[in-house]
Amino acid sequence: MAKQKNVLPGFNLSLGFTIFYLSLIVLIPLSAAFIKTTDLSLSEFWTIVTAPRVVASYQLTFGASLLGALINAVFGLLTAWVLVRYTFPGKKIIDALVDLPFALPTAVAGIALTAVYAGNGWIGQWLEPLGIKVAFTPIGVIVALTFIGLPFVVRTVQPVLEDLEAETEEAAASLGANRWQTFSKIIFPAIWPALLTGFALAFARAIGEYGSVIFIAGNVPFVSEITPLIIITKLEQYEYASATAIAVVMLIISFLLLFAINGLQWWVSRRASSDN
Amino acid sequence: MFKKAVFKQGLIGALISASVLLSTSALADSSLLNVSYDVTREFYKDLNPAFAKFWKQKTGETVTINQSHGGSSKQARSVADGLEADIISMNQAPDIDVLYDRAKLIPKDWQKRLPHGSSPTSSTIVFLVRQGNPKQIKDWDDLVKPGTAVVIPNPKTSGNGKYSYLAAWGYVLKKGGTEAQAKDFVGKLFKNVPVLDTGGRGATTTFAQRDIGDVLLTFENEVNLINKELGNKFDVVYPTTSILAENPIAVVDKYVDKHKTRTVAQAYADFHYSEEGQEIAAKHYIRPSLASVLAKHKADFKPIDLFSVDDVFGGWTKAQKTHFADGGTFDAIYAR
Repeated sequence: MAKQKNVLPGFNLSLGFTIFYLSLIVLIPLSAAFIKTTDLSLSEFWTIVTAPRVVASYQLTFGASLLGALINAVFGLLTAWVLVRYTFPGKKIIDALVDLPFALPTAVAGIALTAVYAGNGWIGQWLEPLGIKVAFTPIGVIVALTFIGLPFVVRTVQPVLEDLEAETEEAAASLGANRWQTFSKIIFPAIWPALLTGFALAFARAIGEYGSVIFIAGNVPFVSEITPLIIITKLEQYEYASATAIAVVMLIISFLLLFAINGLQWWVSRRASSDN
Repeated sequence: MFKKAVFKQGLIGALISASVLLSTSALADSSLLNVSYDVTREFYKDLNPAFAKFWKQKTGETVTINQSHGGSSKQARSVADGLEADIISMNQAPDIDVLYDRAKLIPKDWQKRLPHGSSPTSSTIVFLVRQGNPKQIKDWDDLVKPGTAVVIPNPKTSGNGKYSYLAAWGYVLKKGGTEAQAKDFVGKLFKNVPVLDTGGRGATTTFAQRDIGDVLLTFENEVNLINKELGNKFDVVYPTTSILAENPIAVVDKYVDKHKTRTVAQAYADFHYSEEGQEIAAKHYIRPSLASVLAKHKADFKPIDLFSVDDVFGGWTKAQKTHFADGGTFDAIYAR
C-alpha cells in the first residue's frame, strides 16, 4: 500500500515554510557563531572554554538559573492556582502584574532590584543586620533570574488549570479521596507537563539573561561573574573567536538540558495517558 | 475626467516642489553623525549648537549634528562594523585604532593629523571619598590598606577601569618601584574592590547611590559632575600623581567621503581646538589643551603630576596586550 496520505492538506508547503523560517531566524545566526569558532584550533578552543574562571561562571549561571526556575515553578504554580481558583477584588490587576517582568527593560529591572536589595535599600536594610547580603552576591543573581522568569510558569500552568474540569475533583472527593489525594492524583498529573514546560522556559531565559544580572551581581570573578558577562567582556576586547567559543559551549549545554526536559515531559505525558 | 486631470497635475506639481525642496535643502544643509562614548552627553549638548552657530556664520550653511552615545568599545565596534559615523570621539586611542585595524576606515597614522595626538582635551583619574574623608585617603598607598573598599569599574570593559589600573601601576613605577612591585600593588588594590561594574556610570551609582565603598576612582570631569548632581556629599582627593587620559577624535575618512561631508566634519573636529570649544570643555571639567583657556580655569584643574600611557607603558597597543588581554596582568590578579 502506498504511504498513507495525510488528510490535512498543505503539509509540504507549511513544513517548507517552517523550515525556512526557523533557518532564517534561528539556525543561520547560530551557525554563524559556530563558524566563527573555527578560527580557533581545537586545543585553543578547549583552553578557552575550560579556563577556571569560565568554568566558575558556568556553575554560577546554570546553578542560579536552575534555582531561579525551581523557585518560579513552586511560586508560579501557587500564583496560577490563586488566579484560577479564587475570585477576589483586584484579581485582574494581579493578573496583569504577572506579565510585567516581560515588558520591563531588563536593565531597569536590574537597577530597581539592586536599589531595593542593596544595604541601604528598602529590603536590604533589614536583611543586612541579619548577615544576609543579597545585592552584589550570588544571591542577587538568583533574585534577578527569579524575577525575569516569573511569567513563564504562571502563563503555562494557568490555561491548563482553567481547562481542568471540576467534575473529576468532585468525583474523587465523592469516592473518598482526601484533599491531598485529590491534588496529587488528579490535579497534579494534569498540570505536570505544563509546569515542566514553564520551568524549562524560565530556565532557558535565565541562562541567557545579561541586562538585569550585571547590575545586581557585583561581577567579581569566581564569585558573581556570569557567563554572558564573560562573553561581553571578550567582545569588548574584540576577541570575537573566544567569545563565540564560550557562547557555543553555552548553546550546547542549554540545548542538551532543554532536550532532556522535553524528553522528560514526553515521558511523563505518555505515562499519564497509558495510565488512563 | 476633469477632476482626475487636476488631481494628476496637482500631484506632479507637488512632486516637483517636493524634489526641489529636497535638493535645495541638500545643498545648504548637511548633517554629521558623531559617535561618542557614554559620559560626553552633556559636553556635546553644549558644543554642537555652538558649532552649528559658528558654521552658519562662516558659510551660511545649516549643519545638524546627530549624536550616538554608549559604552566606548561597543560604539567603536558599531562604527567598524558599518555604522556610518562622520566623526568618532573616544576616551582612549585603542577605540579609534580599531577603525583602522578592523575596517581600514581611517589611515594608521590618524593620531598625527590633529594637534596633541588628535586629542583636543584630556582628563585624569582622581579619587572621590565620602564627606569629611573618614578613612583619611590621601594618595594611592591608602587605597591598598586592608579594610578600605575601593570602587573601580572593570578594566576589561571600561575606559575608567583601564585608566585607573594603569594609573596605579604607573604610580609605583614613578616612585622608583619595579614592575613586580607594581603588579603586587595593583593586585592588592583590586583585592579591595567589592564590586566590578561594567561601566563608569555603573560604578558611580554603586558608590554614590548604594553606599558601597570608601572611595571611587573615576575621571575628573565625572567627579565634578557627581558633586554637582548629587549635592556636596563627597570630597574630591587629588593623588600626587595620576595618568593623563586623552580624549582623541577622528574624522572617519571613508564615510565623510561617501557622505561628501569632509569639509564640515574637518571644521567640526578643528572646532574642538578653538577657544570657544576649549572653553566649553573647561565648563564641563574636561581639561583643555589650549594654554590660555587652561590658565583661566586654573582653580578647577589642580596641577598634578601626570604621566601618559605612551611614556610609561610604551603606547596603548602594548599596554592592552600586557595588562588587559586574556592572560594579562589583570587576569592574573583573579587567577586561581
